[in-house]
Formats: sequence, C-alpha cells, structure tokens
Amino acid sequence: MPVPATYDSSSAAFLGGARRAVSSVFFPVMMGTYIGIGALAHDFGLAPWWLALSTIVVWAAPAQVILITAIGLGSSMIEAAIAVSLSAIRLFPMVVSLLPLLRGPGTRVRHLLLPAHFTAVSMWMESLRHLPGIAPERRIAYCNGLSVTFMSTAVTFGFIGFYLARGLPTVFAAALLFLTPMSFLISTANNARMLMDRLALVLGLVLLPLLVYLEIGLDLMWTGIIGGTLAYAVHRLRAAAT
Amino acid sequence: MNPAAAELWPYLMLIIVGYLPNEVWRVLGLVLARGLNEDSEIVMWSRAVATAILAGVIAKLILFSSGALDTIPIWVRVAATVCGFLGFVLIKRSALAGVLIGLTTLVVGGYLTAH
Repeated sequence: MPVPATYDSSSAAFLGGARRAVSSVFFPVMMGTYIGIGALAHDFGLAPWWLALSTIVVWAAPAQVILITAIGLGSSMIEAAIAVSLSAIRLFPMVVSLLPLLRGPGTRVRHLLLPAHFTAVSMWMESLRHLPGIAPERRIAYCNGLSVTFMSTAVTFGFIGFYLARGLPTVFAAALLFLTPMSFLISTANNARMLMDRLALVLGLVLLPLLVYLEIGLDLMWTGIIGGTLAYAVHRLRAAAT
Repeated sequence: MNPAAAELWPYLMLIIVGYLPNEVWRVLGLVLARGLNEDSEIVMWSRAVATAILAGVIAKLILFSSGALDTIPIWVRVAATVCGFLGFVLIKRSALAGVLIGLTTLVVGGYLTAH
C-alpha cells in the first residue's frame, strides 16, 4: 500500500483538495452541467441570484432541475417536494459510506456538518477514490477544499449558462443536458473496482426502465433498494464461498 | 398574489421544496453513520444502493429526457451513450475521451436526424 499523502497544515490539505477538484473529470462536467442548468433557469424565468443560492443550499443537480421545472411550470408544491426528495435518496448512502473515511479519533460531529452538506456525486466519487491516500487527520480539510472548488465552479458556470441561454442552438443545448448522464455513467464505471459496484451499476441501468415500464411508482427508490441489495447479496455470497 | 409575495415565492419554494426534502437525507446519513467504519456491512450495502440509484438517475436522464435533449431521437441518445462508454473502455480508460466521444456522437446524430 502506498504511503498516505501528508500535508503540513490544514490549509495545505485544503489546497490539495482544490487542486484535485480542478484536475478531476468532474470539473469540465460541472461547468457543462451548470451551463445547462443556468440555461434552464433562464428559460423558466428565475433570477440568476436565485440559481446561485439554490446551487449553494441544494447542491444536487437532479434536485435543482426538478425544482426549476416545477416552479417554472407551476406544479404542485407537494408533488415537487416528493420528486426532489426521491432524487435525493442517493445522498443518504453516500453520506453513510463517506463519513467513516473522514472520521478520526478526535473528530466532532460539527466538523462533519460541512462535508455532509457538500456530499454530491462529484465530491463523493473523488473522495472515495482519493481520501484513503490522504493522512486521516487532514482528510476533512482536503474534502472541504475539493467541495468548495466544485461548488464555486458550479455557481460561476450557472451564471454563464444563464446569460448564454439566449443564443444557444437546440442541438448544443441538448449536448449540455447529455453531459450529466454521460459523465456520471463513465465515472461510476471508473470507480467500480469491486464486482459489487459493477453489478449495482448494471442492475440500476436495467431496473429503472423496467420499473417505469411496469408503471411501479417510486421507481428510483425501488431501483436503488432492489438493485443495491441484489449486488450486495452476490458480494456476500462470494465472500462466504471463499 | 401581491408583487412582494410574487418576488419572494421562488425563494420560499427553494427552501421548502428544494432545500428541506433534499437535505433531510444528508442529515439522516450524518446521524446514522456515527460509529460505523468503512468496511462494515451496512456501509457496503449503502454503497451498493447509492450506486444503483445513481445508475437509475443516469438511465432516467438518457431514456426519459426533457427539454432540448428530448428533441434528439432516443436511439441517437442510446447510441451516443454506448459510443461514449466504448470510447472510455478502449482509449486507456480515459473518462474525458469517453465523454467527448459520447457528446460528439450525440451532436452529429442529432444534426443528421434533424436534416
């Protein structure tokens, strides 16, 4: 196992995290995704500052897209809140699997509040991949540096997308919206080192359209529970067999 | 609705419909993750569930698109996804190469089917 990267201070670790964010595949993806969301917010008549605030407090692209669409189309608040909450279920297992990596002997809950709020696909993927190589006492600072950089990028490019929206041809606007699923797919596959992760990915891709086709409600939730549990069960069975 | 209320309405929606239903899962994770270590069974299961939900979101965004992406035929979207993924696998597992190939396929396919 390689020697963990040590940093002299928390601010050095914070900067280390910021540098990781800038060189991450999610960095250009974040730009593209938030240009797309900025364009969406413009189309639905929301203010650019509203978008910036939503990026900071919600910090989840799928939830923001649902919210913007709901406000723009005047959907019912209850319906929109349920859709947002369903799209956000994934954050729960992400936080549960991330925090043990961040928690050291002297870690207080209040030190984990920011990383918990910052938890999103991009930050979770990079953290899971790089935190094990960071000295435990510097992981929170590293993680915050990573997250703050991602969030500032998202806010900035939300503004850019908002003002770009007027002139963008449809096919390029479509490409911007396509950037999110394409990059999520590749980075999930890239991070799936274990059979369990690969299985969960494939099962999720297959189960969702199946559940939508069968018109079973809460399809995203069931995709996660059924697909995830099956993948986990296979992992357990294989572990028991060896 | 008077003008002041109309102005504040999107911000109220942001907190009640956006922030709270989204953040509740992070807080729940924070509360329930106490005392667990990274190899424990519940954390492994959580990771599998998170991965499957993410895969579900990916499938949903590609197959049941909205807005500008919906103007591209579904078979072009699926073909672009497959090309992007193959590009990633074949070109030294470069995520950037895969994403760029996927996007290019989508734009070219979208342009050709529209003309």
